[in-house]
Amino acid sequence: MSKKVVDATIPTIPMMARFQRWFGRNLIRVYMVLAFTYLFIPVAYTFAFSFNDSGKSNLIWKGFTLDNWKNPCGAPEVCTALANSIKIGLLATIFSTILGTMIAFAIGRHKFKGRSTSNLLIFLPMATPEIVLGASLLSLFLVFKINPGFWPTVVAHVMFCISFVVVTVKARIASLDPRLEQAAMDLYANEFQTFRRVTLPLVAPGIAGAALLAFSLSFDDFIITNFNSGTVSTFPKFVYTAAARGIPAQANVIGSGMFFLALAIVIAGQFVNRRKAR
Amino acid sequence: MGKIRTPYLLLLPGFLFLFTFFILPIVNLAQTSTQTPIAGGDTGQYEQTLRFQNYIDAFIENREQFSRSFVYALIATVLALMISYPLAYAIAFKAGKYKNFLLVLVVAPFFTSFLLRTVAWKQILGEEGFVVPTLRTLGIISPSTTLTSTAFAVVMGMTYNFLPFMTLPLYASIDRIDPRTLEASGDLYANAFTTFRKVTLPLSMPGVVAGTLLTFIPAAGDYVNAAILGSPNTKMIGNVIESRYFKIVDYPTAAALSFTLMAAILILVTIYIRKAGTEELV
Repeated sequence: MSKKVVDATIPTIPMMARFQRWFGRNLIRVYMVLAFTYLFIPVAYTFAFSFNDSGKSNLIWKGFTLDNWKNPCGAPEVCTALANSIKIGLLATIFSTILGTMIAFAIGRHKFKGRSTSNLLIFLPMATPEIVLGASLLSLFLVFKINPGFWPTVVAHVMFCISFVVVTVKARIASLDPRLEQAAMDLYANEFQTFRRVTLPLVAPGIAGAALLAFSLSFDDFIITNFNSGTVSTFPKFVYTAAARGIPAQANVIGSGMFFLALAIVIAGQFVNRRKAR
Repeated sequence: MGKIRTPYLLLLPGFLFLFTFFILPIVNLAQTSTQTPIAGGDTGQYEQTLRFQNYIDAFIENREQFSRSFVYALIATVLALMISYPLAYAIAFKAGKYKNFLLVLVVAPFFTSFLLRTVAWKQILGEEGFVVPTLRTLGIISPSTTLTSTAFAVVMGMTYNFLPFMTLPLYASIDRIDPRTLEASGDLYANAFTTFRKVTLPLSMPGVVAGTLLTFIPAAGDYVNAAILGSPNTKMIGNVIESRYFKIVDYPTAAALSFTLMAAILILVTIYIRKAGTEELV
């Protein structure tokens, strides 16, 4: 009897030690798995509940269905809000990318009086809490008797996206090899030709990245939008108002759809980069 | 002659825009903050009386929400730093060829709408979610304890939502560290902890500073997490400003609070950057 007990305990000690050694060696892997689990829990939850046969309130699991994916506009306000978000996002992206890229070239490529002040003016909107940006812009619109709505929202989004565009494009400009432009000039390209044939193509990936960033910032913005959009609904606004009474599963479909779409764009971008690098 | 003008011409449209829709509104907000209601006027009608007392009144009335905002934002920032640092370190030094893939994974969750993710947390931590029943069965929390509508939920939501703002700058600066400096430190008989404290951490300081600022600033002004995951007892200053604007139509108080928040953040940030000794960052 006592022999058996001893037999059983002997192998457990090296097992424990072996586990400890394994754990020590793979600590960082274990940590990464935990961290990514934390990051993806709400995404997985949103995705899973996009298949819920839920009816109105999507709180409890009631059964699997593909209906929400087949008919994402089944809850009508979802698609109106989504369409507004896309329109606002595209307009804000176009304007902020143009204005921001011009500023980035001015700051990144020229030495001029007031350069550090310019840098400060670009930094300030990023260091100001969104609620202050939103509230102050609304006050201005109220003074000029402009009602909050679609265009005030576009203006607000352009305003907070510009700085992010400038920072992104400026980083790309700073990483350019100035010798490439000098080479073009040596080969008798004039300033405009150099810019169009050499500088712009080299900066283009930075501009594209900035545009994507601007779109995602605009699309996901709630606080500034809430102040300046009046009765115009956007996707985040719809989710916020619906949160109290339960969000329709169609909103989960759109959230998950956005996730996969953005992921596809990023992966495609990386793929293109890698092929170019070859 | 044309060359001197080029940068200014490039700047002009963008800066005109920023001047009109960023500077002017801030000036106007300052102006609003000292107004008082017009005697006998409708709600929402105010006149300029340069009443600076508005600031003191607004602060005293809402000091609890103010301190809560800064405490929550601070805790969320520290938690985000503790979660992000090992993650950024692992991606930079241990991921090998999976580096880009893992970076995409860090950003990917944030392609799902910010609001949807916050609502998802509300439901996960709520009574119908799987966390509360599990913790109750395991006896970690008592049967009457709830997780939503608590400070815990608000801080957790903030930590989660601002995590990539911490991870990305951290990664950027850790990735720039030459691994040979760490080997050199080991060769000079420093143990892993000393190497981290004397080599890795100081070299990654720019990332730590940028990450904490990018997390702290939006967190201190946030009201979405508190509105969705919290209760009236977890109201932050953002919630107060929002309701002053929309529900009470008290523009001067809202303006005074916004200004105080902005000033407080700017002062804290300046002190922090000075202390951290990375002034070239800005």
